[in-house]
Amino acid sequence: MPVHDMEISGTEPRLSTARAQGLIACQRCGLVHPAGTEHCSRCGGPVRSRDPHSLQRVWAWLFAGIVVYIPANIYPMLRTATLLDKEESTIVGGAIELFHHGSYMVATVVFVASILIPIGKFIAIAYLALGVRKAVVMNAHQRHKLFEVVEFIGRWSMIDVFVVAILSALVQLGSVAIINPGIAAVSFALSVAFTMLSAQSLDPRLIWDADEEFK
Amino acid sequence: MLDGDKILIEGRALIACPQCDMLHFEPDIPEDHTATCIRCGQVLAAPRTNAYLRVLSLATTAVILMVGAVFFPFIELEAAGLHNTTSVIDAILAFSTGLMLPLSFAVAMLIVLIPVTRFAAIIYTVWPLVRNRKPFAGASEAFRLAEFLRPWSMAEIFIVGVSVALVKVAGLATVSFGPAFWAFAGLVVVTVLQDNSMCRYTIWKSLEQNRA
Ligand SMILES: [Zn+2]
Ligand SMILES: [Zn+2]
Repeated sequence: MPVHDMEISGTEPRLSTARAQGLIACQRCGLVHPAGTEHCSRCGGPVRSRDPHSLQRVWAWLFAGIVVYIPANIYPMLRTATLLDKEESTIVGGAIELFHHGSYMVATVVFVASILIPIGKFIAIAYLALGVRKAVVMNAHQRHKLFEVVEFIGRWSMIDVFVVAILSALVQLGSVAIINPGIAAVSFALSVAFTMLSAQSLDPRLIWDADEEFK
Repeated sequence: MLDGDKILIEGRALIACPQCDMLHFEPDIPEDHTATCIRCGQVLAAPRTNAYLRVLSLATTAVILMVGAVFFPFIELEAAGLHNTTSVIDAILAFSTGLMLPLSFAVAMLIVLIPVTRFAAIIYTVWPLVRNRKPFAGASEAFRLAEFLRPWSMAEIFIVGVSVALVKVAGLATVSFGPAFWAFAGLVVVTVLQDNSMCRYTIWKSLEQNRA
């Protein structure tokens, strides 16, 4: 049976996947089991060769994430009341305001974390899910990298929710200034969570299954 | 060839890359070396010298820092003679009005409860392994839980959020850090160090071997 031995260098690698050999690998601890195994003998968790519903769940969570991202951008994220005026700011509005105040660094952080990353993630996940079924421009190595980036970066969008929480707790200065959270914080948090679940539903092995180079 | 429900070739077990399913012989790599997948480059195993002791002490430190971070004031703010101190609990309760109450619960989970649960599960798993003893009952379940919670543990994101919030109020008021801020910042450093010295593969392997 063709297997690659990583200790013996110089020998010609004989390559094969667990699935191609009719075996089932555990994604937590790596151990390979014969077909029909349901629980890993090393870590005790469930094992399966491929999850047939993986893509279905990816699309469902992705759709949910996009839907709740819309109210997150329409409704106010922060409601600020000072001596002089009362204002409500949306995600985009908050970033623009920071920019006007000259806080370019922070404005960029907010803009990247709450607009560029969420939308980039929607596109990247859709692209990866499409790539499982048909040929796309990026090869398996590039799509694998993209998947790693999406998984790593996705959580960081939650930063905006924390900023709202901190500001609302901190700025409670009676008549001078009061900041309260807006309802958009809830839908934004949901959008980040749904998108994370979407990315987690994608079995990375599916990205490689269609790899032509390898066959 | 079959041994129980393990596949053996020439007497050696097989593992597959979790990312791309590529088969490899079970690596028997020396400490401080790294085995990567030949197909996709994923790190398969990276055992480190004294890793269990390091993971154990870092996880314990993290729990202690978290207790400090939650109960001490976090930031202090002064404007026009008014003064306000904020703790992590205040930040969690910021969403406690009306419709946003579930968000308060979610924030508490993400920045305090999930990280603490994860550290506790890791301590429970690694504790007997440090002395090469038999793992505690349910150690596999505990470590699976710790792995499952990893992406949802967001203490480090919260800390960066604090910095963004500070810049936002900088024009409005004078802000100073309380002890909890430094505890939280330390927590982030400790978390990163711990995740880097923890080789999941080696832990699963030790759990399996010490169980016998
Ligand atoms: Zn396993
Ligand atoms: Zn691989």
